[in-house]
Amino acid sequence: MSTIAVVGVGLAGVRAGEALRAQGHDGRLVMIGEEAVEPYDRPPLSKQVLLGTYEACDIALTDTASRAELDAEWLLGTRATAFDPVTRHLTLSDGQSLHAEGVVIATGARARTLSGVPELDSVHTLRTLDDARRLRDDLSRPGRVAVVGGGFIGAEVASAARALGHEVTIVEFEQMPLLRQLGSAAAGVLRRLHTDHGVALVTGVSVTGLVGRDRVQAVSLSDGRSLPADVVVVGIGAVPNTEWLAGSGVALDNGVLTDEWCRTTVPGVVAAGDVAAYRCRGGRRLRIEHWTNARDMPATAARSLLATLRGEDPVEQPAHDPLPYVWSDQYDSHLQIAGRPDADDALELVSGSFDSGFVAVYRRDGAVTGVLAVDSPKEFGRLRRELRGTWATR
Amino acid sequence: MIQLCSVEELTPGTVTRIARPDLPAPLALVKVGDRVFCIDDTCSHETASLSDGWLDGHEVECPLHESRFDVRTGRPDCPPARRSIRTHAVQLVDGIVYVEESSVAAEEPAR
Ligand SMILES: Cc1cc2nc3c(=O)[nH]c(=O)nc-3n(C[C@H](O)[C@H](O)[C@H](O)COP(=O)(O)OP(=O)(O)OC[C@H]3O[C@@H](n4cnc5c(N)ncnc54)[C@H](O)[C@@H]3O)c2cc1C
Repeated sequence: MSTIAVVGVGLAGVRAGEALRAQGHDGRLVMIGEEAVEPYDRPPLSKQVLLGTYEACDIALTDTASRAELDAEWLLGTRATAFDPVTRHLTLSDGQSLHAEGVVIATGARARTLSGVPELDSVHTLRTLDDARRLRDDLSRPGRVAVVGGGFIGAEVASAARALGHEVTIVEFEQMPLLRQLGSAAAGVLRRLHTDHGVALVTGVSVTGLVGRDRVQAVSLSDGRSLPADVVVVGIGAVPNTEWLAGSGVALDNGVLTDEWCRTTVPGVVAAGDVAAYRCRGGRRLRIEHWTNARDMPATAARSLLATLRGEDPVEQPAHDPLPYVWSDQYDSHLQIAGRPDADDALELVSGSFDSGFVAVYRRDGAVTGVLAVDSPKEFGRLRRELRGTWATR
Repeated sequence: MIQLCSVEELTPGTVTRIARPDLPAPLALVKVGDRVFCIDDTCSHETASLSDGWLDGHEVECPLHESRFDVRTGRPDCPPARRSIRTHAVQLVDGIVYVEESSVAAEEPAR
């Protein structure tokens, strides 16, 4: 009877545990999670939780029945601090040591912070339920909100803060939000979404400092200006949680390197979700920080781990080769993006108009590289399916 | 019984949305083989309309976050949806689709 430890119990960890059981692991299953709360879903944190329409119970990833079915030992509020590949011992933050034949790395990522600025009470990042609660408290009082970073999280926070009646400014280093990801035509559409809803954009500048004693009063910008703010939210990306794997033999490079079967460089250790930088069939490396990948990748990780523990070759099993997909809810609009377009791919409108709802495709050398939709889920679904076919055989 | 539409208006392989002032909630109809299934049109996770989704056999995939619901049981196959959507028994009389009034009576709004 072998022991499998799942490290990190966000979406990827929970799904890995469920997949391991569904695929027949009847040994010991230990679920180790740094956060002291029961597993929960993150996308609503920047949406319904900030707006106050969802509470913690609405975003739980497990319930009494599913936990009973999982039949696992839960070590919540406990962090893995090291893994020894020879003795196969995990060291935990409470001093315990745990022997595991199989390990699933699902430690996700944490919010990147501004460096070289003072720590002030009303400056936030948003990754955890705790973060969301503290930010929600701060947004319950009137005040000016500065959002640093115009990516998905920044845009969603700006939209929620605006809905709560705040004066909101987004500070974005590029000339337009999401310019590097989506190119100028699409970024222009998103910029208009912000300005149409009364959110100010300050672009082409970076944050050089924060002014304030306990709470923030202003944000200093690289062009010399000072932006008054009572609350600051920093949304400048995420860093994979891999430090605990130093010296474990698990190869790292902006995430845990895995092959198409989610295997790391240490036998019996697999990775899935935001932390995993996996090799696609074409040889490209992708570390996808989107929900759907964290939901789907653990099934492959579990399958190949169980095969390895049985002494079989996981390569006989299906590989992980998804079409990247992300959605974002901003103001009252639903955005959906599939694929991995380059910013300079040509964007071609398929239906609707850039002024309201639309579906557009990105092309490079004639081939579709991505699909982008605003408020057009049906047409998006059709084109995404088409792209899935060509993407898989790329 | 509430009259919904004629069977002929249902195209195999697609989900038909029926939203009318006399219906407490928008419904979605699906014809698989000779049978017609009726479910709530709104995903139990968020506000997506399932009739914008993809139909594969007896499963409707939500167009936003891809949970799939079995039109026979209303059960989702994977997160983010966790709660079932309501299914409603239909009756076919002379090629017309009817649904029981009490079945579609509005419940607490799902969230
Ligand atoms: C505010 C917000 C909104 C989002 N909205 C969307 C959206 O609209 N659409 C979309 O597609 N995606 C969205 N995402 C992204 C999506 O939530 C992530 O892709 C997903 O959460 C990744 O899941 P994961 O399990 O890989 O990692 P995580 O969710 O990061 O979970 C990892 C867990 O591991 C724990 N951990 C870390 N280190 C250790 C350790 N050493 N020992 C034990 N535990 C550890 C962490 O505390 C954490 O609980 C959003 C993310 C955030 C933060």
